[in-house]
Amino acid sequence: MSTTTTAPLADLAQRVLRSRTMAALTQPHGVDRYLELVNPMWAAHEVRARIVDVHREVDVPGHPPVATLTLEPTSTWRGHRAGQHVQLGVEVDGARRTTRVFTVSSPDSRPGDRFTVTMRANPDGVVSRYLAGRAAIGTTVHLSQAQGEFVLPDRVPEHVVMISGGSGITPVMSMLRSLQRRTHRGRVTFIHYAQSPEHQIFASELADVAASGNGIDLHLLHPELGDPALSPAWLERLVPGYRDVPTWACGPAPLIEAVHGAYGDSAALHVEYFKPPRTGGGEVGGEVTFARSGRTAPNTGESLLAQAEALGLRPESGCRMGICFSCVSRKEEGTVRDVVSGAESSLPDEEIRVCVSAPVGDCTVDL
Amino acid sequence: MTNPQPTAEEAAGTARLTAEQLERFGEEMDAIRQRILADLGEEDAAYIRKVVKAQRGFEIAGRALFYLPPAWPLAVASLSISKILDNMEIGHNVMHGQYDWMGDPGLNSRMYEWDNVCPSDQWKNSHNFIHHTYTNIVGKDRDIGYGVLRMDEDQPWHPYYLGNPVYALLLMVFFEWGVALHDLEVENIVAGRRSLGDNKPLYPGLLRKMRRQAVKDYLLFPALTGPLFPLTFAGNAVANLVRNVWAFNIIFCGHFPAGVATFSVEECEDETRGHWYYRQLLGSANITGGKVFHLLTGNLSHQIEHHLFPDLPARRYPQIAEEVREICERYDLDYNAGPLGKQLFSVARKICRMALPDRKKADDPRDEVVEPVQVVTEPTVAA
Repeated sequence: MSTTTTAPLADLAQRVLRSRTMAALTQPHGVDRYLELVNPMWAAHEVRARIVDVHREVDVPGHPPVATLTLEPTSTWRGHRAGQHVQLGVEVDGARRTTRVFTVSSPDSRPGDRFTVTMRANPDGVVSRYLAGRAAIGTTVHLSQAQGEFVLPDRVPEHVVMISGGSGITPVMSMLRSLQRRTHRGRVTFIHYAQSPEHQIFASELADVAASGNGIDLHLLHPELGDPALSPAWLERLVPGYRDVPTWACGPAPLIEAVHGAYGDSAALHVEYFKPPRTGGGEVGGEVTFARSGRTAPNTGESLLAQAEALGLRPESGCRMGICFSCVSRKEEGTVRDVVSGAESSLPDEEIRVCVSAPVGDCTVDL
Repeated sequence: MTNPQPTAEEAAGTARLTAEQLERFGEEMDAIRQRILADLGEEDAAYIRKVVKAQRGFEIAGRALFYLPPAWPLAVASLSISKILDNMEIGHNVMHGQYDWMGDPGLNSRMYEWDNVCPSDQWKNSHNFIHHTYTNIVGKDRDIGYGVLRMDEDQPWHPYYLGNPVYALLLMVFFEWGVALHDLEVENIVAGRRSLGDNKPLYPGLLRKMRRQAVKDYLLFPALTGPLFPLTFAGNAVANLVRNVWAFNIIFCGHFPAGVATFSVEECEDETRGHWYYRQLLGSANITGGKVFHLLTGNLSHQIEHHLFPDLPARRYPQIAEEVREICERYDLDYNAGPLGKQLFSVARKICRMALPDRKKADDPRDEVVEPVQVVTEPTVAA
C-alpha cells in the first residue's frame, strides 16, 4: 500500500503544519485557510472529505430515495467507532453551507480511512436531498470528527440485541459490519422495522448475512403486512430474559417509545434518538425555550431578544435593529420570522439575530 | 450646479422631509434591501472567495519576495495590497456579517479575525454597534474625531484642538493602533466619565492580539529571512504603514468631507426607521472611482450604501448606488460624492479649520463652516 511508504513523511508534514510556529506565522487566519486554497484535501486541523461514490440503496417511486455516500476524508480524520455520527456540511450550489448530522454506516474506521454515510432524502431536508439526489462525485464536504456514545464496548458481550426502524438502521448496520469484520463469535439478534420490503435498506447484504448464519438472528419486520409490532411479550418470546441482554436501539420516536416501554429502566439498553421531523407551524402560539438557561415561556410573538429579556435573561445585544450582529445566537429548533424582511426560516441549528427574529410556534434558542 | 446649497441646519435636521415622506423613503430603502437579500447566492460566494484567494496570494508572494533583496519594493507593495484587502474588502465586510448567510466559518462575523492589532470582538463593538447605530450623533458616535480630533462645529473648541492637524497625522500613521485603543475611551477617562477599571476586561484580548501581530511581522518573518532581517522588518513596517495611511484616508473621506451632516442626541430620540436611513445617508459620503479602486477601499468608497445597508455584501453597493441616487433625487436629498482628491482636500481643510475657534459668532456660524463645494452634479457622479 502506498500509504505505508509515505506515512513518515506525511507525519512530519502534519507535525510541522500543526506546530506553534506555523500557527504564529499564519495567524490570525490559521494554516488551514491557506492549505485549502491549494488543495481542498489538505488540512492540518479541519476535517474535509471528497465524495468518491454515491450509491442508491432503495428507490421506491413516490418515496424519498436512500443513498450511501462513500467519503475520502483528509488525513485529519481520526476514525470512528461503529454507531457514531458525524456533522456534515455541504455548500449547496456553491453558496450556503448547511450542516446536518449523519450516522456512519461503514464498519469502524481508522485515521484517514474511507467511510460511508447513508441517508434518506428528507423532502424538507436541504442537505440530505442534495446529497442523495444531486451531489456530484468529487464534491468537497466539511466534517466534524466522529461523535457520539452510541457505540459497542471494547469487549463485545456474548449476546447483543440491535433494534432499529427506518433509516435508524445505519448505526446498528455499522456495528453489525464491524462485528462481522472482527469475526465476533457470539450471538446477535438483529430486529429491524421497515415500511415494506421495498423500503428495506441494505436488503441484499442483509439477505447474505441471514443466509450465512454466523450466529446472526435476523428479523426484518413490516407491521403493515401483518408482522408483529414491538411488545414485551413478543420480545420475551424471541429473546428470553431480553431485559438483561445488552441492547442497542435506534429509530423514530414511536419505536423508541415502545423500546423504552419494554425495557423499563434496564441498564442493558442503549438508545439513539432520531429527531422527529418538524411539522410546519405558521401560528404565533407555542412555547419559546431558552436552552442554556433552562427557561420556557409561552411565545408572545415579540422578538426573541425581547422575550428573553422579559424572562430576566440578559443576552448580549447591541443595536436592536439587526445591523450590528452582537446578538447572533444559535436557534436549535423551530421557525423564526425576520421582522424586517418577513422571511421565515425553519433550519435547525441556524445562527440568527435574536433582536429581529420572532418565533413562529415552538422555538428553542441556545441562550 | 442646479441644486441649491442647503445650510447645515437643513441638512442636519428633518426639515426637508415630512414624517410621511420619511416613512416612504424608509420603505423604499427597505425594498432595496429585501430585493438584494433575496438575490444573494453563488455569485456573491464566489466573489468573496476569489478576493480571499487573491489576498492570500499577495501575502505569500510578498513574504517570499523578501528573500530577493532587489525585489524589496515589490515585496512591500504585494504585502501592502494583501493587508489592505484583508482589512477592507474581507475583514471589515465579513465582520459586518455580510457573508454570515454562507455558513462558512472562515467567513463568519463571529469567527473572523483580521490582520490588524485591534481584536475583532472589540472592533465589532465600537464599529458595528456604536458607530453604525449612532452614526454621526454628536456625543454618541465616537468615530467623530475618534475622541482625539475636533471634526464638527458642535464639539466645543478648546486650545487643545490647535494640534488638530498634528493629531490627525499621527492617527493616520498609527491608525491600526489608534483603532485598537479606540475602545479604551481614553478621552472619557481623562474627562472622568469612565474609570480605568472599566477597561480591565479589554486588556487581555488587546495585549494578546498586539503581541501576536508584532511577533509575526517584526520577529518571526524577519528572522526567517536570516541576514535580511532588517530589510524584512522594515518592509513589514512599511506595509503596515501603507495600509494605515490608506485605511485612514478612505474612512475619513467617507465621513468628514464638507457637507456631511451631524445630528444631535435630541433629534434622534424615538427615531423612525425612515429617519435612521435618512441619517445614514446624510452622515456619509462616497468617493468616485474605478473598479480596482472600489475593491481596495473594501467598497467603502460607497460609504453611503454601506451605512444604509451595512450587512449586505459590499460587492452589491455599486449596483445599489444607482437606485439610491435616483431615490435621493426624487426626495431632493444630497448625495455626497466626489473623486478622492476632492474629498481628501475637503477633509484636510476641515481638520485645519476645526483646529481654530469658530469665527463670526454673531451670524449663523454654521454658514461659515459649511464648505461651498459640496453638491455633486450629475456629470461628476457619472464620471
